[in-house]
Amino acid sequence: MATLLADGDSTAQPAGDAVPDAVVVRFAGDSGDGMQLTGGQFTLSTALAGNDLATFPDFPAEIRAPQGTLFGVSAFQINFGSTAIDTAGDQPDVLVAMNPAALKTNVGALKAGGLIIADSGEFTKRNLEKAKYEVSPLEDNSLSKWQLLAFDISALTLEAVKPFGLGNKEALRCKNMWTLGLALWMFDRDRAPLQQWLRDKFAKNPILADANIAALNAGHAYGETAEIGGQFRQQHLGPVPSAPGLYRTVTGAESISYGLVAGAQLAGLKMFFGGYPITPASAILHNLAKLKEFGVTTFQAEDEIAAICSAIGASYAGQLGVTSSSGPGIALKGEAMGLAVMTELPLVIVNSQRGGPSTGLPTKTEQSDLYQAVYGRNGDTPLPVIASRSPADCYDCAIEAVRLAVQFMTPVMLLTDGYIANAAEPWLVPDPDSYAPFPVEFLAEMNGETRVLPYKRDDRGVRPWIKPGTPGLMHRIGGIEKAPDTGDLDYSPGTHQLQTDARKDKIDGIANVIPAQEVTVGEAGGKLAVVGWGSTYGPIHQAVNRARAKGMDVSQIHVRHIWPLPANLGELLHTYDKLLVPEMNTGQFKTVLRDQYLVDAKPLNKVSGQPFTIAEIEAAIAGELA
Amino acid sequence: MNDMTPISKLTVKDWESDQEVRWCPGCGDYAILKAVQRTMVDLGSDPSQTVFVSGIGCSSRFPYYMASYGFHTIHGRAPAFATGIKLANPELDIWLVTGDGDGMSIGGNHTMHMIRRNLDCQIMLFNNEIYGLTKGQYSPTSRLGTNSPTSPGGSVDRPALPCAFALGSGARFVARGFDVSKNLPEVLKAAHAHRGAAFVEIFQNCIVYNKDVFEDFAAPKGAEARQLWLQNGEPMLFGSEKSGGAKGLALDVEHLTLKVVDVIDGDWQSAGVIVHDVTNRSVAHMLVELPFGEFPMALGVIYDDPRPTFDSTVTAQNAKLAAGKEPNLAKLLAKGQTWTVED
Repeated sequence: MATLLADGDSTAQPAGDAVPDAVVVRFAGDSGDGMQLTGGQFTLSTALAGNDLATFPDFPAEIRAPQGTLFGVSAFQINFGSTAIDTAGDQPDVLVAMNPAALKTNVGALKAGGLIIADSGEFTKRNLEKAKYEVSPLEDNSLSKWQLLAFDISALTLEAVKPFGLGNKEALRCKNMWTLGLALWMFDRDRAPLQQWLRDKFAKNPILADANIAALNAGHAYGETAEIGGQFRQQHLGPVPSAPGLYRTVTGAESISYGLVAGAQLAGLKMFFGGYPITPASAILHNLAKLKEFGVTTFQAEDEIAAICSAIGASYAGQLGVTSSSGPGIALKGEAMGLAVMTELPLVIVNSQRGGPSTGLPTKTEQSDLYQAVYGRNGDTPLPVIASRSPADCYDCAIEAVRLAVQFMTPVMLLTDGYIANAAEPWLVPDPDSYAPFPVEFLAEMNGETRVLPYKRDDRGVRPWIKPGTPGLMHRIGGIEKAPDTGDLDYSPGTHQLQTDARKDKIDGIANVIPAQEVTVGEAGGKLAVVGWGSTYGPIHQAVNRARAKGMDVSQIHVRHIWPLPANLGELLHTYDKLLVPEMNTGQFKTVLRDQYLVDAKPLNKVSGQPFTIAEIEAAIAGELA
Repeated sequence: MNDMTPISKLTVKDWESDQEVRWCPGCGDYAILKAVQRTMVDLGSDPSQTVFVSGIGCSSRFPYYMASYGFHTIHGRAPAFATGIKLANPELDIWLVTGDGDGMSIGGNHTMHMIRRNLDCQIMLFNNEIYGLTKGQYSPTSRLGTNSPTSPGGSVDRPALPCAFALGSGARFVARGFDVSKNLPEVLKAAHAHRGAAFVEIFQNCIVYNKDVFEDFAAPKGAEARQLWLQNGEPMLFGSEKSGGAKGLALDVEHLTLKVVDVIDGDWQSAGVIVHDVTNRSVAHMLVELPFGEFPMALGVIYDDPRPTFDSTVTAQNAKLAAGKEPNLAKLLAKGQTWTVED
């Protein structure tokens, strides 16, 4: 199938028999069709084949939207190949459409000449009506721009699982495995790990395991048969050259959870995680609830406010307090963050950003909580903000958040987003011993002449951490302005000025202990730098590389430390003629950069709930350099 | 307090912090502070193992005045902080200080959940039926018709009953006292002896914005006829010949309510007066709902029937789930399906 070209533009012609470097496949079906599971398993088999990959799960907010409807379509896109992959791919090469609604909502994105695999068994009159098709698109030539392979996957699946005596409904549930079998054949993947996975998954119901495996094998066999051999053939994408070591796939929610555990270990602390269910942040609470042996206590609080307050309480008592949420929940936590800043207690707050405002787009991605993270509290309430750029990057970012929190006695906000939380990528499994420990020392003895001084600052402006239960160090803390050293209530004008400055100076000083900003791609100085943060890393990275390959003078600067910003960033930005800041918001980081450095940062904004495509950023780069 | 002073030798003075107390002169909070400090001495508590946690309001300044650990948090959320503190260190003795606005209005949600989870702590809700710190607005426990800056025509919302709220939330310990009562330390000691969330409503006189609103039952004169001090295993008796007759509470079987009966010559048995059983949940519900006037104010330990605490259950479950598992991070990271890229 020579049209499987991921990396060209959309009008690229089939390139003979050449095997492409990368392929983008999108599985789309009803939310009940198991597309996320299909995609997840395909991802795993792709990773095991040694390809680099990036995924983009895209599903509706409804758990079970009415069957066959346009808004009930759930999709999973994977970009994989034998070269480095940074994004889930702009345009799919292959679209698997399990019903008319899935076809309608996804075919527009398919690359010209791309392949559609459709389950014709689902293109019934009723389903066509639900998808608002007057005539079946499989029959009216409206899909002639693409290659179409339509066959009755439903009937083929029913036939394959017939020996197991399942009911019609249960039998049809095996459709996704049939489809997966076909996909595995297309890309020459080993079925064995998947068969084992099905046996484990259905260990209590071996008949279901056998039925699913039969469906998987049937789909695979279907690919091999002569029936469709004329239209496409197998592709084998070789493994990507990567650093040697042990690899696995990881989602952002997983690596954040692991990173928090690692951070707590490096600090020598037990962890207390207070959370409240919210999409897309809940997965972190789910993950950590299973890790009690690491000294993790998880607490499902009655609301977002109680979640953060309990975490602050735990920090006060000497554990690493962590809370996590998404935009609306973070908004509720604002007052408590102020208390953590005022009392100067460590805390990690993870925000898995989603489309806003209000409930917004619960299952879609956005980066629009940057203002909220940096500025969104009453009073002068500075706290460090870190943004992770990819699922794997979350691990190091979480460790960094813990480190800053305990070393500077401050709440730290860690920003990820719905895309990072759900998406998977290969991960070179880190060696925990390669991270330098940063053990916490609690104050154990009197630090004043006649009384304990809970707000006596060290040379970095940091106060001691004193656990209740420590003999002789009894003291009281709270949210009211306090005198230096003693922490006694004091709201005199001079004290507030002094303490506000001290809190600000402490956070500003963090700029001196974080790594200097590096140029991610390219060099310091030049015509244009594309400055990004968070999950736009992938598309910016690819776009800048492509533009440079075409000879354009453009560099990439990707910022992890959003607040305080790296000490050298201002100077670095001033070495470029132009700055372009792509963000999935209406220009928040751009505003921060303009404010901090008086630079003419130009925004490139997208708030459709979908990540940037490489092409969008590439076009903007070309526009700036035109 | 000198570091060297043994716990058994501590006095009330040792429980006083060096901070200047800033309540209005004559405020009922002073009496409660003294009663709590007295209680600490009687209990032989260790100030370094004791944490007072509060929200916002006049009552919530309380932790600053105790020579223990203390955390003055944010409005209504003290129960959530207390939960984190106790789960992080179950050895600590947690005393929660809240008020009718803090605990029943802005923090009602947290109060409910802390009680239903049964976190081991003492909850002291200072009820003065008014917002004091914000200068006198009506509160969720203000009586109907309370005139205040926000209710110039008299408040129209029906008041909440904190003890009924606590029982409704699943409380396993409910008690009542009032600021100047000499019995308050005994009530607080009973709360402390209870393992689990011990809810104590303390009527407190706000002399500036709601002066003497509890005088109808708290005034010393004639108190015996208007206060029913409950004692486990003792008949529910109040009043005397001097106050217009000895009386008791009996069960009105026909209406399934309580009724006031006369006790002649001390023969409470034949008058049908019931004996207080602190584990009787049905009677506890009746006692906290008794309309004052027709009935005396039920005070003391109304209900006390412990169940396993939240913190002990969480700790035990964490240990069980962790048992036999090695906290090996390297293994955790390499879990699931992996592949190796060779050199």
